[in-house]
Amino acid sequence: MARKTLRSQLRLGCQVAFTALSNGYVQGFFKGKIYNSPTKYACVPGLNCYSCPGALGSCPIGSLQAVIGSRKFHVSLYVLGFLMMVGAILGKAVCGFLCPFGLVQDLLHKIPGVKKLRRLPGETYLQWLRYVMLGLLVILLPMVVVDIVGQGSPWFCKYVCPSGTLLGGIPLLAGNPALRSAVGWLFTWKMAILVVILVLSVFLYRPFCRYLCPLGAVYGFFNRFALYRFTLNEEQCTHCGACHKVCGLDIDPSKTPNHSQCIRCGKCLDACPHEAIVSTMARRKKKGETAF
Amino acid sequence: MKRHLPAVAVFCLGAVLLTLGIVRGEAQTVLQKAVIICMECIGIG
Ligand code: SF4
Ligand code: SF4
Ligand code: SF4
Repeated sequence: MARKTLRSQLRLGCQVAFTALSNGYVQGFFKGKIYNSPTKYACVPGLNCYSCPGALGSCPIGSLQAVIGSRKFHVSLYVLGFLMMVGAILGKAVCGFLCPFGLVQDLLHKIPGVKKLRRLPGETYLQWLRYVMLGLLVILLPMVVVDIVGQGSPWFCKYVCPSGTLLGGIPLLAGNPALRSAVGWLFTWKMAILVVILVLSVFLYRPFCRYLCPLGAVYGFFNRFALYRFTLNEEQCTHCGACHKVCGLDIDPSKTPNHSQCIRCGKCLDACPHEAIVSTMARRKKKGETAF
Repeated sequence: MKRHLPAVAVFCLGAVLLTLGIVRGEAQTVLQKAVIICMECIGIG
């Protein structure tokens, strides 16, 4: 129990510290302006909007669309390379530890007194939406739908991203009357998406990460071979189901310890009475250990 | 070490792509986008 509490507290501390650090331009919130210095050459690992008044770095999904939709380039080696480097080390642990919008959903899910859902009907199909977001709204449409000067739009940012609405839209509109006067149907649409996701987060663990986030879809691809991954010791696992029961994302790590949705929260590591699931960080050389 | 080979290879390839991206000026495009308020992100544009 103590280990469990310590691990989740450390993770929460890490999420809060990273969110505060990567959004450290506090004056921006008061002035209704964003930070404009060369630190924004660099991407941050999580879905942290570069139009958040405090943001010191750039959102990888926004950057990807900006480069793909620009007149000069149609692919982004810069962002792809960045995602490969981060993904190769951490995989989707980024989502568990370093993403502000993941933190928001985690906090909402802690609200007690409501019945928590394990999954939604049609879960498997809903999860494919992440790839539609990535392939269609982040890559294809910004690349092919261009204006007369050859410039594409960031479709995911424009029509879906609730992180942009929450971290960028709301604080900027609150502090900037000129922007407030320009609000129209698009803002209402994006606010509606945000509200649905925030309310759903109280009942279901991380609905945006499960169904819609293109960045999580990218990191999930690396989970199988990232430096930080899990291993199941077949000899010790009794398939009691304790790990599956505690997983907020309804993953059974005794079957797929490196599932593409696993955010490495570590709850299953603590729940296993036989310590059969091991991370590469705490790997012990034991006979019968197999990596997936 | 052999177990980590795919991760190391992907990391190195990523570093090469990132460098190529910087050399051909993509980082500049990212900066230009990130230092002005993105109307699409905030739900206006
Ligand atoms: S709107 Fe979303 S995807 Fe676009 S830059 Fe902001 S956080 Fe990133
Ligand atoms: S899936 Fe997306 S929103 Fe969720 S934690 Fe990962 S990067 Fe952030
Ligand atoms: S499989 Fe384990 S580490 Fe992954 S999300 Fe589920 S409980 Fe967390």
